[in-house]
Amino acid sequence: MEFWKVTLSLLDGLQNTCMIFALTLVLALPLGLVISFGSMSKFKPLAYLVKTFVWIIRGVPLMLQVIILFYVPGFLIGRPILSRFSSVIAAFVINYACYFSEIYRGGIESITKGQYEAGQVLGMTKTQVFFKVVLMQVVKRVLAPMGNEVITLVKDTALARVIMIVEVIQAAQNFASYGLMWPLFYTAVFYLAFVGLLTLLFNYLEKKLDYYKG
Amino acid sequence: MAILEVKNIKKTFGKVQVLKGVDFSMYEGEVLSVIGSSGSGKTTLLRCINFLERADEGCIYLDGELLFDGSVHSKASPKEIRAKQLNFGLVFQDFNLFPQYTVLENVTLAPKLLAKEREDYKENKKQILEEIEENAKSIIDRVGLTEKLDNYPCQLSGGQKQRVSIARALALRPRILFFDEPTSALDPELTGEILRVIKQLASEHVTMVIVTHEIGFARNVSDRIIFMADGVVLEEGTPEDVIDNPKHERTKAFLSKLDNK
Repeated sequence: MEFWKVTLSLLDGLQNTCMIFALTLVLALPLGLVISFGSMSKFKPLAYLVKTFVWIIRGVPLMLQVIILFYVPGFLIGRPILSRFSSVIAAFVINYACYFSEIYRGGIESITKGQYEAGQVLGMTKTQVFFKVVLMQVVKRVLAPMGNEVITLVKDTALARVIMIVEVIQAAQNFASYGLMWPLFYTAVFYLAFVGLLTLLFNYLEKKLDYYKG
Repeated sequence: MAILEVKNIKKTFGKVQVLKGVDFSMYEGEVLSVIGSSGSGKTTLLRCINFLERADEGCIYLDGELLFDGSVHSKASPKEIRAKQLNFGLVFQDFNLFPQYTVLENVTLAPKLLAKEREDYKENKKQILEEIEENAKSIIDRVGLTEKLDNYPCQLSGGQKQRVSIARALALRPRILFFDEPTSALDPELTGEILRVIKQLASEHVTMVIVTHEIGFARNVSDRIIFMADGVVLEEGTPEDVIDNPKHERTKAFLSKLDNK
């Protein structure tokens, strides 16, 4: 009976884990592209500004960013602005978008100038060259590092518990405070299953894009 | 009237003046080869004419109409440049095919995107797209790759890739087709198939400018030859004039170096 009770509690926590994971991905994937364009901008002040921002976000622990986003606006204005959950999402989205932007930048810059020039002499607009010629090649090239980052995100969701979001680890921790330790170790099964599914998904995507080289 | 007239084109990169005032003109249906040693500015000249680089000075006329004027400093809008660019086709040394598309898709991509700007696109979409595919298939047939229509560039040899890129340029029906050392990235045994295609195009009176190191081929296929050195045209004339009876010392030195190889 105890096992089912624990499992149900952890599944309850898993809902939050999944929500943080999904929302972060959906929002950070496009935001990362915008940031990568900023960091590659020919308008130098913008590029430096964006690069400094990325440095700060990647240089400060994500846990601290979650705490800052939840507590600091409250201190400044006198009442909390973002709910606990929104603070976590905001911190995660900004943080992951910065990491994604660097992966995108690497992918975009690895496409040879010749691809752009070929598109240009064929009368394509810059937008057409990016979306019709460059983007698919970038997707193929960034798939492996993105897989890595996405898998890290699964486990980073556990950081949400610093502001009392009950995700899988926190759900297990609640049992631990009553002296029941094994649920904490049991959480590993959930993460392993989650990451296992993602690994299969990324393998599938890589196979899908394997029809061409280059 | 000359189809293309290039006047006093100058281009400097940093401190190096690569083009020091290049002039030449050519007539419709003519094949013009540009020869000269590496660093003489041949490729930069092609890139300036094709709007991949902006010449610092000089003018380009197409059919007597001013296409580019380096002394006008206000930048042409991307749309204007695009429209002008479409008068020319360019075949790159290293092909630059789009790897994620099949041979047919490589050839149809640009015409399909351009067709979207046509006013009757929505009404006649199906018919327009069919026409583009048919046209692409017949061009691919002309370069002898019909059996490779659905292959990806990674499945082709270098020579086949270059033939696709020629087909891709032809699909937009350029007034003049430019080749930037089309055989330089190929193994020697593969250059023949490209030269055959270019020869066939010449016999169909496609107007072409060919930057090449294949002197024998240039003599064979060209109506006129330009010899460039240090960013200027040193000698210009029929293949017999320039290759068989060069007047300038530099031309003689360049040609004899090639003979000794």
